[in-house]
Amino acid sequence: MQMNLAALYRQMLRSRRFEEAVVGLFEDGLISGEMHLGIGEEGIAAGVAAHLIAGDALALDHRGTPPLLMHGVEPSSILMELLGLPEGLNGGRGGHMHMLSKEHLAASSGIVGAAGPAAVGFALAATHLRPGTIAVAYFGEGAINQGMLMESFNLAVVWNLPVLFVCKDNGVAITSRSTALTGGSPVERARGFGLKATTVDGSKVDEVWAVAGDLIEGLRSDDGPAFLHATCTRPYGHLIGDPVLRSAQAPIKELRQRGGPLVRSVTARDGAKLGERIRSLRNISGSVAKTVVEHGRKGFDPLSLARRQLSTDAILAQLETEVEAEIDQALSESLAQLKLAKEV
Amino acid sequence: MRKMTFAAAIESALAQAMAADERIIIWGEDVQAMRMNLTTRFGEGRIKQAPISEGAFVAAGVSAAMAGLRPVVEVMLVDFISVAMDAVMNQAAMVAAFTGGRWQVPLVVRASCGGGYGDAGQHEQSLWGLLAHIPGLSVMVPSTPADAGGLMLAALEHPEPSIFLEHKLLADYWLDVMAGSWRKNVLFDIPDEGSSGPVPDKWEPTPFGKAATRRAGDDLSIISVGVGVHRALEAAETLAADDIQTTVIDLRFIAPLDREAICQTTANTGRVIVVDEDYREFGLSGEVAATIAEANVACRFRRVCTEEVIPYARPLEDQVLPNTDRILAAARELWD
Repeated sequence: MQMNLAALYRQMLRSRRFEEAVVGLFEDGLISGEMHLGIGEEGIAAGVAAHLIAGDALALDHRGTPPLLMHGVEPSSILMELLGLPEGLNGGRGGHMHMLSKEHLAASSGIVGAAGPAAVGFALAATHLRPGTIAVAYFGEGAINQGMLMESFNLAVVWNLPVLFVCKDNGVAITSRSTALTGGSPVERARGFGLKATTVDGSKVDEVWAVAGDLIEGLRSDDGPAFLHATCTRPYGHLIGDPVLRSAQAPIKELRQRGGPLVRSVTARDGAKLGERIRSLRNISGSVAKTVVEHGRKGFDPLSLARRQLSTDAILAQLETEVEAEIDQALSESLAQLKLAKEV
Repeated sequence: MRKMTFAAAIESALAQAMAADERIIIWGEDVQAMRMNLTTRFGEGRIKQAPISEGAFVAAGVSAAMAGLRPVVEVMLVDFISVAMDAVMNQAAMVAAFTGGRWQVPLVVRASCGGGYGDAGQHEQSLWGLLAHIPGLSVMVPSTPADAGGLMLAALEHPEPSIFLEHKLLADYWLDVMAGSWRKNVLFDIPDEGSSGPVPDKWEPTPFGKAATRRAGDDLSIISVGVGVHRALEAAETLAADDIQTTVIDLRFIAPLDREAICQTTANTGRVIVVDEDYREFGLSGEVAATIAEANVACRFRRVCTEEVIPYARPLEDQVLPNTDRILAAARELWD
């Protein structure tokens, strides 16, 4: 198969424009709860999705929008789900963390690590009922420490199942730096279990495409399960309104709220020695600052990087117009449905 | 008396206890950020960041408690306790039983619970019934700041495993992070008296296993816990306009259950509604009914609970969680 960078870019752009629309809806108060965006992970999703066929299964985490869109779920179906409408993907009952489509064999879970065993089960069914198809598990690097995920690595290996484990690594698990909480490395661990493991820069969709292509071809030929470690940056942090990013954006406001109790914690009788307290405070602030920097790293946007490689402006302009139209259409359709629902 | 938020009350009680007892160590995911004040005051050695490994780190809490520490292990949402169920159910709960009380597990598991902000199923459960079902575990659910601190202290001083559950509508920082409450265009039904209120100058542990009477009345008893208590109080106010006087009992402890308080109020009014945000089947509400039945106290009984997986859409969720309208409807049935 030849790589079609424009097609990959289109998929990424669809996902990006879709999630930008989601940000607007969230800020307008139309989406409830936690909204975990896949912005920054599009390169990974597109590079993998290009090699998937109907019948392949997806086991997703709490930020599954890009893979769902790229696997053929209608944008309006997802939007209406996020808006809580009965016409949504799950009738408004699942919401953003519990998006399931039986038709697409795609299931999300908000429990970290659950995608692992879910993919194993999907793959087991595939070997009996749909030979030649595979299952993909998506999770963040923080999930690598979850028992059930590691168990699923082993299970996939010993049962020789066609699972592609995709680890999206942005280095941060909510407020924690993942390397500080992870012994060894994701790729070493995967290899330790007997998985074929590769690492790739997830911001480069062409590289993801190439690596994923090889791994998936191997899976379809019964070579055994594989692990794809892909680095990325997520500018929105853990979710929309990420508290670490918000405090970085408004440090004085943050200080006004937190300052009093923090100072009292430094000066309160009974506790650690003053030096240790200052050190703790500095470590926490430092860690927070590093997390902010991590999220805001420039030059890692998969869309910008792909854009630069696409040679003809005409193709791009046309493509972008089409994608804007598609997403705008889905948005107006969904908002019209919302208006109808409110009038009832 | 001073006034505090629910969240600040828990922290204040913890700080008081940690200053007095060096064996109290906290660990869990993102705790250094969430408990920044405690981390500053007591140091990173006493508030430890954990990877996403509830199975291991809750189990570690059990044995650390057995070996002399007094851990407060945080499971971010009670829904995630599923990942650590072996530690809770088969380890923590059984050690004292197997050793005739010679070896105890003074572990506190702290978790957030509850819904009403649009996160659905896997992030809004209560599960105190599930946990209280297991012999050997104590389960505390505060409804006010005063009890938030008092129950935390009670849990800390208890020599056996305790599960401390803080409702996300009451401990304000949860809504900020998880519900985007920094948006001004989204509404949450936060009970004022639950999220902020008077607290003692020095924390004392809430008497173990003792319910509190929040309102007195001779016509109807509403027995509840957590946010449900406030919904019950609202309903009681409406019922008073119809000349129905309501007693509202705040259980505070799911386990051990204050059976005396339950039977006493039932004998007094003869009409009982249990308002329980946890699942209806095989849980707290059934336990209250069994308690009353075993004591041979006659009464008419209704329960207002969560009867299905909590749906995402806010209007659907509002109907599934216990609300004041549902309580009033149940009350009407008691006079049919």
